Amino acid sequence: MTKDALFEIGLEELPARFIDDAEHQLKEKTAAWLKGLRIPFESLTTYSTPRRLAVLITGLSEEQTTIEEEVKGPAEKIAKDESGNWTKAAIGFTKGQGKSVEDIYIKDYKGTAYIYVKKRIEGKPTKELLPDFRDIITSITFGKNMRWGTHSLRYARPIRWLVGLFGFEIIPFEIVKVLSSNVTYGHRFLGEKVIIDAPANYEEIMNQQYVMVDAQKREAFILQGIQELEQEKSIQIPVDEDLLNEVRNLVEYPHVFLGEFENEFLAIPEEVLITSMKEHQRYFPVRSQTGELLPYFVGVRNGNGDNLETVIKGNEKVLRARLSDAAFFYDEDRKQSIDFYLSKLERVVFQEQLGTIHDKVNRLISLTKHISQCLALSADDMEKALRAAEICKFDLTTSMVNEFTELQGVIGEKYARFYGEDHIVAQAVREHYLPKQANGDFPETVIGTIISIVDKLDTITGCIAVGLLPTGSHDPYGLRRQAIGILKMVHQNKWHVSIEELIQLALTVLTESTVQISEKESVAVNIQDFFLQRAAYLFKEAGVEQDITQAVLHEQIGDYEYSLAKANLLSLKRNDDNFKPIQEAFVRVLNLVQKSEASEVNPNLFETESEKVLYQKFCTVEEAYQTTSRNAEKDLQLLGQLATPIHAFFDHNMVMVDNIEIRNNRLALLYQIATLIKRYADLTKIEWKQSF
Amino acid sequence: MNIQEMILTLQKYWSEHNCILMQAYDVEKGAGTMSPMTLLRSLGPEPWNVAYVEPSRRPADGRYGENPNRLYQHHQFQVIMKPSPDNIQELYLASLEKLGIDPLAHDIRFVEDNWENPTLGAAGLGWEVWLDGMEITQFTYFQQIGGLEANPVSVELTYGIERLASYIQDQENVFDLEWTKGVTVRDIFFQPEYEHSTYTFETSNTEMLFELFTNYEREAKTTMEKGLVFPAYDYVLKCSHTFNLLDAKGVISVTERTGYITRIRNLARGIAKAYVAERERLGFPMLKKEEQ
Repeated sequence: MTKDALFEIGLEELPARFIDDAEHQLKEKTAAWLKGLRIPFESLTTYSTPRRLAVLITGLSEEQTTIEEEVKGPAEKIAKDESGNWTKAAIGFTKGQGKSVEDIYIKDYKGTAYIYVKKRIEGKPTKELLPDFRDIITSITFGKNMRWGTHSLRYARPIRWLVGLFGFEIIPFEIVKVLSSNVTYGHRFLGEKVIIDAPANYEEIMNQQYVMVDAQKREAFILQGIQELEQEKSIQIPVDEDLLNEVRNLVEYPHVFLGEFENEFLAIPEEVLITSMKEHQRYFPVRSQTGELLPYFVGVRNGNGDNLETVIKGNEKVLRARLSDAAFFYDEDRKQSIDFYLSKLERVVFQEQLGTIHDKVNRLISLTKHISQCLALSADDMEKALRAAEICKFDLTTSMVNEFTELQGVIGEKYARFYGEDHIVAQAVREHYLPKQANGDFPETVIGTIISIVDKLDTITGCIAVGLLPTGSHDPYGLRRQAIGILKMVHQNKWHVSIEELIQLALTVLTESTVQISEKESVAVNIQDFFLQRAAYLFKEAGVEQDITQAVLHEQIGDYEYSLAKANLLSLKRNDDNFKPIQEAFVRVLNLVQKSEASEVNPNLFETESEKVLYQKFCTVEEAYQTTSRNAEKDLQLLGQLATPIHAFFDHNMVMVDNIEIRNNRLALLYQIATLIKRYADLTKIEWKQSF
Repeated sequence: MNIQEMILTLQKYWSEHNCILMQAYDVEKGAGTMSPMTLLRSLGPEPWNVAYVEPSRRPADGRYGENPNRLYQHHQFQVIMKPSPDNIQELYLASLEKLGIDPLAHDIRFVEDNWENPTLGAAGLGWEVWLDGMEITQFTYFQQIGGLEANPVSVELTYGIERLASYIQDQENVFDLEWTKGVTVRDIFFQPEYEHSTYTFETSNTEMLFELFTNYEREAKTTMEKGLVFPAYDYVLKCSHTFNLLDAKGVISVTERTGYITRIRNLARGIAKAYVAERERLGFPMLKKEEQ
């Protein structure tokens, strides 16, 4: 026999950003719990609104499934004495399981005979087990928890009522003095207190109470309202996915409305208008059929269409006040100059130990100078890059960015153009904050990319230098994201720069400024390791297997682009039979000198021709290797020239000869060859898969 | 409904719900939360229900009376209930109805907003309450005060009086709001707004203010060491306001700024601890009253 069951957790308004995840957890945890309890059911549906999380289970069996379990006891030789009688161990085992020795049977387990009994576990009535659902409720985790009243429970928001129903019966349980019942509450203003007569009627009853418990249905309802407005007014309402998600989780009963603002506000930069509408007020901006921003907005009310005029008027008033402020800032800001804002940066702290933004900007200028030289920029471009570095943070002290912090850079570009800066310089001011997320857009311009890289490089180096290395999930400055951003930009632009050289450069610039760094050596190592881990992560993302990554990134990243090319090449070579002779030669050398140390080779101590040949070849290859253009394929070919002489060397010479001088000389030669190979990759880390 | 009637209505309402009606505290402060009636009394196990109007000074927001939305000094109506009652949201919504705001005719929402005041080592979770898209109240469950865990938890309601009035009276400019029949906010506050802005940004004696800060800080410390919590706290408030004046004038460098905030926070933390210790020494008198 089965019945339906319903649980509802009534809450004070949950933060919108927690709701989807909480509903997901409720579903997973309930299903796992019922499975663990061996209570079969037909279906499990979850619901969520800002004021409730609920789960409906249909066809829930009224009893746990009864099972027969096989219990393994001691080995037969322990269970029986020499004369074949049951020992104390065997009797004890059967008693412990509520059985007697008559129930014992013997079975083989991994080649040894053990005694077993079969135990029947009777299913209990489901009704008795359901009150434990309270533990499911309290096990849901949220991004941020609170306490309330005199209770010690930590939860996203206070729990105000609980519903627990199995068929027509109330499932009794209690959390923080709230008792479960069959009573719930409708929409805060349009609904009332109501009894759920049967679990299956939940959604329908709540709907009558002006609560759409199904989040997807609320979303569909909002979208439908938006489409109707689009058709009715011949406008476009681009739907931002995140905003839609948030809005549907801010209401229990959505009603879409259209509001207006004064035409004159369209003179304010579009980004400011959109931020005011989207971020601050959770409105959807409205565009014409041809894509221009229109003086309208779409809001979603929590309720029905009654008295909608008042609601619209109120929302318009709020937006008008916000936009008036923005218009004021826009006018006032443009009365000043870039120099005025730059001078104010001296008063804005970047990080306590790393000084002001003004100090940071000075470091960015030094770094930009070095990197522009590395990249051989033209004099004109270098001048623009330096100007971009100088002004990239100026907008931080404008009133507009003070009010709309999320528009840093965007406002900078607008104002820089207004003040007559070169458009590439202006663009770089905006672009140097990119990429903003893991998969965000990159700067389009070279100068924007340079400023973005040096800004992030300075932040990472500085923070780690003063002891702010990210740990676990604690990365308040987003250093990991920034390091990945740097590597991706270098890759994107195919810039052949050594990451370690960049780090050294940033550290030097940092110490030349006002920053005090103790233990500079270990700081450098920490930063390099930090970047190495990010590079390894990106290699993995690019499909490189771990052993290859370890081989290529065994010491440092170097030229990221080149390293990635080497990794991709070695991934092919690992399965390539033609590469086997080279690989074998190299790995043999690398293994042999693992415990050796660097020393000079003395050509006068060579005894055989093959030794001399190998040494000469090594000298030629090594010299050529210094000046390669860092082409993974060509460099490996170059090194590959050593394979034949290496094989010949091993065929004709013993390394570990008794004569210590000769032995050490041979080891010295091999050590130098190994060092050269390792500059390419530590091939011993690779699991070779060529056929044998 | 004019502002005077609003205040009378809220006072009557919360008084009927067992709040002690207090008057504004007589030391300058940036927010109603900083009144000792909130900040100190929300510490420790004793129950505490209070409501009061708090004139709040924000020197940096001074605009010479020219900006329709920003004021050097605005008014907050502050309610504290400890422990937070189970029906606090309903109590709050009913207070809006008393102000003539019919929830069925509007869109009232509780939008997540977590509050933090690092200067006071205080943090809480809650919402900003939206009335047709406008924030009218800050609704916070205190979790930490003066660096100490709040237990039991107090709930704080902070109504923005001018905001709410601009909605109720349908005015765009704060100075056009009617305070009482025939008297506007402009009549009462325009001159002080103008003069305080001029003083804050132009004429204040910086040297004297720095000196005052140091003196207030020293006095707060020595008074605290003598276990005199309330007078010590008054000097912390004075430090905080003096700092705000200096900061608004732009005479505090960045490095110094962090230093000043830390100094005030340390004082606040010390006083929070001392307050709880002192109440404990007195045997938490209000707790006993509750039991009787």
